[in-house]
Amino acid sequence: MKLYFKYVELLFRSQLQYRVSFYMTILTQFLIPLTAYAGIYLLFDRFGSIEGWSAYEVFLCFAVMGMSFAVSTCLARGFDMFPGMIKNAGFDRVLVRPRGTVIQVLGSSLDIKRAGHLIQAMMVLIIAISGIRVDWSIIKSITLINMIIGATCIFTGIYMLQATMAFWTVEAIEVANILTHGVKEHASYPLNVYPKWITRFFTFVIPFATVNYLPLQSLIGHVDGNEVFYMLLPLVGILFIVPCVFAWRFGVRHYRSTGS
Amino acid sequence: MKPYLSALRVRFLNGLQYRAAALGGLATQFFWGVMLVFLYHAFYKNGPQSSGLGFSQLVTYIWLQQAFLALLMLFEYDFELFDMITSGGISYELCRPIQLFGFWYVKLLARRLSSAVLRFAPILAIAFLLPEPYKMSLPYSPVSFLLFLITMVLGVLLLVSISMIIYITVFKTMSPVGSMALIGITGEFFSGMTIPIPMMPQWLQTVCYFLPFRWTADLPLRVYSGNIAASEAVISIGVQIIWILVLVSTGAYAMNRITRKVVIQGG
Repeated sequence: MKLYFKYVELLFRSQLQYRVSFYMTILTQFLIPLTAYAGIYLLFDRFGSIEGWSAYEVFLCFAVMGMSFAVSTCLARGFDMFPGMIKNAGFDRVLVRPRGTVIQVLGSSLDIKRAGHLIQAMMVLIIAISGIRVDWSIIKSITLINMIIGATCIFTGIYMLQATMAFWTVEAIEVANILTHGVKEHASYPLNVYPKWITRFFTFVIPFATVNYLPLQSLIGHVDGNEVFYMLLPLVGILFIVPCVFAWRFGVRHYRSTGS
Repeated sequence: MKPYLSALRVRFLNGLQYRAAALGGLATQFFWGVMLVFLYHAFYKNGPQSSGLGFSQLVTYIWLQQAFLALLMLFEYDFELFDMITSGGISYELCRPIQLFGFWYVKLLARRLSSAVLRFAPILAIAFLLPEPYKMSLPYSPVSFLLFLITMVLGVLLLVSISMIIYITVFKTMSPVGSMALIGITGEFFSGMTIPIPMMPQWLQTVCYFLPFRWTADLPLRVYSGNIAASEAVISIGVQIIWILVLVSTGAYAMNRITRKVVIQGG
């Protein structure tokens, strides 16, 4: 863990070397999804609600997913860029070092420019929370935090799986983007607005529902039920990492260097 | 005209080589389409009458959008050209005995065309085979289909004219980030790619009609499904032509001015 923080510190410093470009990128990252939020707002302006969810409730869902996505793309950039590492045989170097592969790949890159996305998602969170009537308790606050942690873990897990595939394909495959950017874009709506089979897929295969609409329902009082259960439910997202690590290890054993 | 046409042809054939990438794009766009259709289906349960677009018109709109994304989306860049400006490769381009504006224009056009040619047919084929109410419909009438083709072709020409402005500004700013964000993102919104224009409030629709963006991606798709009547479409063709003339002439003029005293970067 100490090693990882060392990595983070170094990457952080190196990225801050290019000040102007850094702030410009953060600014654009901040602006880009604004039009997307404007679009959602206008849709609610016209249609009122979706499957019983109001605009602010959906915004809360978007904020949770947006923050998690920003954090995971920042931290797991090493996995996102991993096909490049395979291609130039940088992974050979990783293998000869006496440390775990996961931590080294994780520490190989960091995208702090994602801060723009993060700040924006936080603003949406504040707007959403101020627009919803929820009597906040400790349990509810923890639920919200757990949702963000869980979703971050799931996104990170997907990035790991995506990187694992590169052991066989070498090239980055665009299709895998469906599960990261695609999910962020579309699964940020409370998942039960979609047909049953999609909701099930996102509950049992990739457990986004456990960090997204299920705890949200309890949070805003759409369902009664054990609040503690809903508070702990998002932690399923952390469990999702476990099979991903196993898949990664399996991939590492099948690694064949491309370099010379 | 001849060098431009052959450049177009060469670039187009070159673009056709990237089949694996197209396959990936195909899957992504299909996924996008499916999710959007489901999402709007849930929205429409609340009050289909309150939007200016019928549900089957909207579904057709979404499928056309996904199938022809490469011809509709402003946010699609050739980073090779940006690199040329910032790294000095531009000096080779300036040595060629043809106008840079025209040459880059056909490059961008060819790139979009080849990308679209590889993708649109499978997406449309599947979209036609989907069950009701998610399936794509046939054109409203033969006339609207013909008008769809015309507005689509003009729309692509207009879209490339708009994106040329972004490349020209990079000569001044040396970084595409700013222009891409400003023109790309607002353009995307005002062309109806974020949400369809009939779903916007009236005042915003009026704004859209005064900007060039809406005449690229919004017009052809709504003409196809009959959401825009044939008589209105005919007038729109005139507006498209005016916008193309205005943007191409200002773009070519600006590029001429700028390349006269261009600073070559790198060594």
